[in-house]
Amino acid sequence: MDILIQISEYLQQGDDEEVFKLTKKAIKLNLNPKDILDNSLIAGMNIIGEQFKKHEIFLPDVLMAAKAMYAGLDQLKPLLASKGISGLGKVVIGTVQGDLHDIGKNLVGIMLKGAGFDVIDLGKDVPAEKFVETAKRENAKLIGMSALLTTTMQTMKQVIEILKEENSEIKTIIGGAPVSKEFANEIGADAYAYDAANTVECVKKIM
Amino acid sequence: MKSILERIKNGEILVADGAMGTMLFARGLKPGEPPESVNLKNPEILEEIAQAYLDARADIIQTNTFGASPLKLSDYGLEDKAEEINRIAVERVRKVVGEKAYVSGSCGPSGKLLNPFGDTEPGEIYKSFERQIKSLIEAGIDIICIETMTDLNEATLAIKAAKSISPEMPIMTTMTFDETPRGFYTIMGVSINDAVTGLQKAGADIIGSNCGNGIENMIIIAREFKKFSRLPIIIQSNAGLPGLKNGEIFYSETPEFFREKAKDLINAGVSIIGGCCGTTPEHIQSIRKVVDNYKENGCKGNGLF
Repeated sequence: MDILIQISEYLQQGDDEEVFKLTKKAIKLNLNPKDILDNSLIAGMNIIGEQFKKHEIFLPDVLMAAKAMYAGLDQLKPLLASKGISGLGKVVIGTVQGDLHDIGKNLVGIMLKGAGFDVIDLGKDVPAEKFVETAKRENAKLIGMSALLTTTMQTMKQVIEILKEENSEIKTIIGGAPVSKEFANEIGADAYAYDAANTVECVKKIM
Repeated sequence: MKSILERIKNGEILVADGAMGTMLFARGLKPGEPPESVNLKNPEILEEIAQAYLDARADIIQTNTFGASPLKLSDYGLEDKAEEINRIAVERVRKVVGEKAYVSGSCGPSGKLLNPFGDTEPGEIYKSFERQIKSLIEAGIDIICIETMTDLNEATLAIKAAKSISPEMPIMTTMTFDETPRGFYTIMGVSINDAVTGLQKAGADIIGSNCGNGIENMIIIAREFKKFSRLPIIIQSNAGLPGLKNGEIFYSETPEFFREKAKDLINAGVSIIGGCCGTTPEHIQSIRKVVDNYKENGCKGNGLF
């Protein structure tokens, strides 16, 4: 079987050891690192994302697949960088200030990385200013914000207000259990994503 | 006072209290502050809230200890205060309710993911629950409520920890389900059937669901639980899912709506009905009225009608 397909399949099974070994082998075989990334890791994570979206698999499966993805990605990164191949662009993500829930946000990070984005994860409890400052400093094109607590949704609004005041071109996307499309419209976010896989679709659309 | 389990066995339906978070915010808790910090700073607020739910005639009043496991408290650097935070929460509720209601010790998720999905070892989570539950039991709770679980392994660790400290202490355990095209599952992939089997096996006395759904979905969840479970069922429904109106958070399901729907929970055979996020003492009053009405009409509970 094609080694790239094999990597993708082991990734979907969450077998990080096999993904590590086969990625190493693929690099040794002088396969183009960009092909390994696109046709193994990203391809595998796309399938995982779709299955998760359809509720065919659950969080544990995604987390195991992500672990496997990193086992390959970590080897490819230096090679991609040395060839000057950049990903789909930089995005800054985090859970807004006051919110210490980060499972959803972590999933979004996994999916975005899996889709080829360069993800800067600010973690949880992130203040509005930090989102904006980091995005500007890192030349990121997008800020993704997550909240689980209804009380912390206001920080999202603050971030968007700061960006508007500064006439920034940085786009925003929001998500999390209490967040809705209506809320996104009300505060002027560029997009609302209802889950991690949907985030990738939305980000591709607006970036 | 008769024990909760005895009363349920006799076919009685009990009413549990409603949301804690909204009550705390209404009394000055700032966004970003851990709800349990109130126990140290303003414990009199705990009495106010317990009184409000007692006045709404809840039979079971929960402690403000949802996030009071040392692991969870470590997010705020409060892990060394775990014993104190749990003890104060129980004492304040007991002071208000005396023997008029049961004190239920709330025990929420650790916030960590178990190995291999996450980086936390089972032993660490077990120890954290053990410390919290020991404090709750020593402070004099009547029942332990392990709630909002999504991982069956984590719920099992909490149940085992409780059993190891006091084999007699009644244990309620609730999980939070999402609606999917293939039925209800927790985000960790636990179906209702799995939850029933796993929680029964772990040694829970009362099982069911809280949070994540409004009352209409909870009626479906309750029926599903009843299909598989030989244990009594508890349902604590959200007042719908939160929305935003003029910049303010609101929950769409009113006390009147709860009044209309609560009878379906009784008909589904639920033994304990209470509220979760967005519910108020008024919602609990509504449930109380439905339960009383049902009692007066002389029916027996447990879905035997």
